[in-house]
Amino acid sequence: MENKIILSAKNIIVKFKVRNRVLTAIRNVSLDLYEKETLAIVGESGSGKSVFTKTFTGMLETNGEVTNGEIIFEGKNLLENKKDKDWEKIRGKKIATVFQDPMTSLNPVKTIGSQISEVIIKHQGKSKEEAKELAIELMEKVGIQNAAVRFNEYPFMYSGGMRQRIVIAITLACKPEILICDEPTTALDVTIQAQIIDLIKNLQKEYGFTTIYITHDLGVVANVADKVAVMYAGQIIEQGTVEEVFYNPKHPYTWGLLSSLPQLGEKGKKLYAISGTPPSLFEEIKGDAFAPRNPYAMQIDYEEEPPMFKVSETHYAKTWLLDERAPFVEPPVEIRQLHERLSKMPSVKGETNE
Amino acid sequence: MSNQEVLLQVKDLEITFKVGNRNFVAVKDANFDIYKGETFALVGESGSGKTTIGRAIVRINPTSKGDIIYQGQKINGKISKELDKWVIKNIQMIFQDPAASLNERATIDYIISEGIQNFKLYKDEADRKQKVLDALKSVGLLEEHASRYPHEFSGGQRQRIGIARAMIMEPKLLVADEPISALDVSIRAQVLNLLDEFKKNKGLTIMFVAHDLSVVRFFSDRIAVINKGRIVELAKTEELFNNPLHPYTKSLLSAVPQPDPKIEKNKNLIVYDESIHDYSEDKPFWSEIKEGHFIWANNKELIEYKKIIDK
Repeated sequence: MENKIILSAKNIIVKFKVRNRVLTAIRNVSLDLYEKETLAIVGESGSGKSVFTKTFTGMLETNGEVTNGEIIFEGKNLLENKKDKDWEKIRGKKIATVFQDPMTSLNPVKTIGSQISEVIIKHQGKSKEEAKELAIELMEKVGIQNAAVRFNEYPFMYSGGMRQRIVIAITLACKPEILICDEPTTALDVTIQAQIIDLIKNLQKEYGFTTIYITHDLGVVANVADKVAVMYAGQIIEQGTVEEVFYNPKHPYTWGLLSSLPQLGEKGKKLYAISGTPPSLFEEIKGDAFAPRNPYAMQIDYEEEPPMFKVSETHYAKTWLLDERAPFVEPPVEIRQLHERLSKMPSVKGETNE
Repeated sequence: MSNQEVLLQVKDLEITFKVGNRNFVAVKDANFDIYKGETFALVGESGSGKTTIGRAIVRINPTSKGDIIYQGQKINGKISKELDKWVIKNIQMIFQDPAASLNERATIDYIISEGIQNFKLYKDEADRKQKVLDALKSVGLLEEHASRYPHEFSGGQRQRIGIARAMIMEPKLLVADEPISALDVSIRAQVLNLLDEFKKNKGLTIMFVAHDLSVVRFFSDRIAVINKGRIVELAKTEELFNNPLHPYTKSLLSAVPQPDPKIEKNKNLIVYDESIHDYSEDKPFWSEIKEGHFIWANNKELIEYKKIIDK
């Protein structure tokens, strides 16, 4: 991708104070985000995917703090913003977030229309009438039929999918450069999820914003992403283009995530399962955080943290298996046959253009 | 399939809720059999009535019409106390949210043994302890966990506790209501494997209520698809995936994202539009279009579906 870097996070460390103990949620993460691409950040709960992106808009909970690193956006380090007032120039305006639960992001006692207009009046300095017109236009853009009538309705009169469309309309009202979608479809039904994903993709084409997609659903990732970053225990452990990560993954955790998918299971056989649970982030982690759950772990995994090994210009993975001294380990059969196995599924193939 | 023993029969089931002074029919004309030892999946979106049917089978939700027949006995509606006890012993349920379904203030020992306590299914205290221990072990937990409280466990472990609580009753049928949707990806496989083990080793029959077709494909023998309270299609798993007939089934299949960029980037989304069915005169009904493959359709649609199947 020849696009230029729009946002660059370097060596980010985030710590939370929880009942007199310190939890290190993000452990030295760096990431370059390229203009107009869609980056998917995948990880399980507690891996730090939401916390990491919240640092881009200064939205960490009050007991959390970025203790190290910088986030360069438009030539400035965002972490120099200390007050809410400084952040207001960024948050919503340049970098907007769509959250998981559309009900909690909308005010239940205000009409849908007034909530969209409010943002337009504040950020674009329009009059009330102009704002209403623009709001209705936006509602139509996000697929609300009969927008002029529904402008005056309240959130409870909207279904979950429709509410998420409104949240997207509100974020678009500020014409952000970067749209962070934090599990935007997790609370929605699959058929609605597919529609919202399509909507975000189409809007991205039209408005030209850059998208960060936070999700635990690898199916969604395969659909939306140009690039993928896999997070585990507060670190990015593998990143690459979506093809690299799905068809040629290098990190054993990525192998585990992919091969434990029920879609790849064979009837009557055990599904591959990653044993154990993620480490506690209250403790200091020695070596590779995934080592205790990693069937391919070597002595060094328990002793020293692996560096990011370069696989290609776009593909990096943080595992000692890529060290030249490491023995050759082949990924599990499910991974090597991923595309074959999935394309064998008749109905899936039937619905594609391949 | 016809020579298989039927464990549970659902016949013309209707479930109605009172909303204010209006009646809301949540489930209508539900018909299916569950065979002994199989995993039967009921798949639909939120509000489709899938959970409602599951809850009606364990007698949490009352029914307004039709029969639920378990091993030849009608178990819905008014039944005797003895029969009620027998049903509770035989049919157990596990729930979606492992945090909300466990009593926060009770120890794991109490939670797991509550069922056998209520029914006095043990000889003495030593026997009760042993049963709890066996149940814990069977789901991969340790003896020391018995004295702890639910909040000390992770989501996956809590779901194991929920499974242990159900399995200690030695049920014949387990209604699993979205047992993995609240869990992390790496934990899901562990729980699915565990349920499959119970099926294999103990001959457990499972009714799996889910919204995700890709999960049930791997896990179940037969699948029923439900939309807005109506079961629209039922078939063996492979048959349903090879020959999906009802447009709603097709839209559901197309909507499930596959973890494969090549497939996903070329996908055509099928959106289900109810108005394509013209049921004004030619009324729809539930029929077996091919052995074991049932569908909700009218005569005109049946002719079209038959053409597709014969291809």
